[in-house]
Amino acid sequence: MTKRIEDFTVTGNRFINKDIFLLELQAEGKLADLKPGQFVQVRVDGSPETFLRRPLSIHDADFERNTIKLLVQLAGKGTETLSRLQTGRKLNLIYPLGNSFTIPEQDEKILLIGGGCGVAPLLFLGKHLKSLGHSPEILLGFRNRERMIEYDEYMSIGPVSLATEDGSVGEKGFVTQHSLLAGKRFNRIYCCGPDRMMKAVAQYAFANGISCEVSLENLMACGFGACLCCVVDTVDGNQCTCIDGPVFNINKLKWQNSESA
Amino acid sequence: MAELGISIGSLSFKNPVITASGTFGNGSEFDDFFDVSRLGGIVLKGTTLEPREGNSYPRMAETASGMLNSVGLQNKGIDYFEKNIYPRVSSYNTNVIVNVNGSYVEDYVALAERINKLDRIPAIELNISCPNVKTGGMAFGTNPETAREVIRKVRAVYSRVLIVKLSPNVTDITQFARISEEEGADSVSLINTLLGMAIDAAAMKPSLSTVTGGLSGPAVKPVALRMVWQAANAVKIPVIGMGGIRTVNDAIEFFLAGATAVQIGTASLIEPGTSVDILEGIGEYLDSKGFGSISEIIGYINRKQERTI
Ligand SMILES: Cc1cc2nc3c(=O)[nH]c(=O)nc-3n(C[C@H](O)[C@H](O)[C@H](O)COP(=O)(O)OP(=O)(O)OC[C@H]3O[C@@H](n4cnc5c(N)ncnc54)[C@H](O)[C@@H]3O)c2cc1C
Ligand SMILES: Cc1cc2nc3c(=O)[nH]c(=O)nc-3n(C[C@H](O)[C@H](O)[C@H](O)COP(=O)(O)O)c2cc1C
Ligand code: FES
Repeated sequence: MTKRIEDFTVTGNRFINKDIFLLELQAEGKLADLKPGQFVQVRVDGSPETFLRRPLSIHDADFERNTIKLLVQLAGKGTETLSRLQTGRKLNLIYPLGNSFTIPEQDEKILLIGGGCGVAPLLFLGKHLKSLGHSPEILLGFRNRERMIEYDEYMSIGPVSLATEDGSVGEKGFVTQHSLLAGKRFNRIYCCGPDRMMKAVAQYAFANGISCEVSLENLMACGFGACLCCVVDTVDGNQCTCIDGPVFNINKLKWQNSESA
Repeated sequence: MAELGISIGSLSFKNPVITASGTFGNGSEFDDFFDVSRLGGIVLKGTTLEPREGNSYPRMAETASGMLNSVGLQNKGIDYFEKNIYPRVSSYNTNVIVNVNGSYVEDYVALAERINKLDRIPAIELNISCPNVKTGGMAFGTNPETAREVIRKVRAVYSRVLIVKLSPNVTDITQFARISEEEGADSVSLINTLLGMAIDAAAMKPSLSTVTGGLSGPAVKPVALRMVWQAANAVKIPVIGMGGIRTVNDAIEFFLAGATAVQIGTASLIEPGTSVDILEGIGEYLDSKGFGSISEIIGYINRKQERTI
């Protein structure tokens, strides 16, 4: 897939809770071919502290309007600057970057598990799976009701189960403690969220022999394989999260028996 | 259009813009962005005899107008290079230079001998300045005796163009430039990264797994420019300047200070097309100033000083 460097126009930007915002960007021409799991490298101008580009997952893509959506959590200077971008402003992107989630060829029982802002790449994936005739279920975990995001969007893909740490909505506890996992048998899990959550889900998948892919968010400089800064320790040695990932099958990662949440 | 060609030793470069080791992958990472063959040369990432995994994650930290890295020469070794990378880079119509590394003098020598046999690699850049390895690297390039020994022994087995990459982490850069010249190097390139560190205040721990790492990017440019100017005035062999070059003007400053060619490093990670943009800009600069060739501005400020003294 050819990588491009392009100016996008901001066509929407709004906070959906206290610290997560949804940024919609429109390509000048036709949107490049994109796959769920891929990410973009956004140039944040205006400060010496945002020297490097910021990697963000493709949350959604609309090939008719040539738009993509990014779901962004405030983390520091770069994301804060992005949150204040007004409609009509230009944003320079390198895209599409990284590999993508493996799409099953046959009918399988699929579960998408997302936590916090880690739900970002799963919406695009869920929609894609559905368009191919799959019927994925979704399990989302948040700290509490106020932190819950994108519930309706995921409902449009399939049945959504919820877990919150304080039990203010859905079941109380972490996603790995949710009754859905005890009651139902899935063949395939896609997971994205905080490291601790992904590791806990990986333990569940290992224990039950379920194929599982996770999306990692290692620190990156280039995002396209030139600097080797973003490595993750795998069974095949150090691999780049930006080109060999960000999506990895848990069998590749040295996560067996890793500490879990 | 002004003439952009230059020579380093016996090797001609169609223009003086080269990409810096470790920031340009093996070239192919940039194929989608521009035609790599337009460049005067490319320096591939640091290569060693045996495969190396490099340092553990995290090995990069962003700093104001720059970045620290402690990649630690991750590469698949020379066997893999010969089999898988060499055939691919051979198709580029530009000078493909290998950045040579080792833990011991014998490693550098053995690696240089291997690469001497590769027809499509007309030059090596001897990296005696990597700050991110426990043995070798900068340990060679910051000690005059070991620097001399490794350059001499590599020179004895390597018949093509030998560029020595110098460390800025020394008190007197001219000493190492002179040693390189005395031992028969065709050129020196500088600067490699400056030793630095960063601490994550929130987590109260070092940002890099190695605690210290190498600083690069615009933050180092004034230091790099000063050292290139000093080196260029100390030796007759051509100096390849780098360190924080991001714009055409940055590059021009290095030529005016005495660099015969420039390397573009960190900037390519953020704007992959920086090197070709600078290449175009140099031509425009020369044309607008009425110079017929790049050689007319190399070391211009030094000649100017001589005239006025
Ligand atoms: C492939 C990939 C996809 C990503 N997708 C998304 C996404 O869809 N939505 C989203 O909100 N974020 C995503 N991230 C993380 C996002 O890139 C960082 O949060 C962002 O770069 C922080 O920039 P900043 O300037 O706001 O914060 P900084 O000032 O750079 O950092 C603030 C704090 O966040 C930490 N931090 C910075 N970068 C990362 C990172 N990559 N991972 C973990 N911690 C980090 C820093 O250590 C620091 O403590 C993704 C990262 C990767 C590698
Ligand atoms: C991620 C990274 C990896 C690097 N790896 C190497 C290397 O393998 N060998 C080497 O000689 N220099 C290496 N360097 C140093 C650069 O080639 C260059 O000397 C330095 O970064 C200064 O130039 P810049 O500011 O334009 O990047 C590396 C730099 C970076 C940022
Ligand atoms: S971020 Fe540069 S190689 Fe992955």
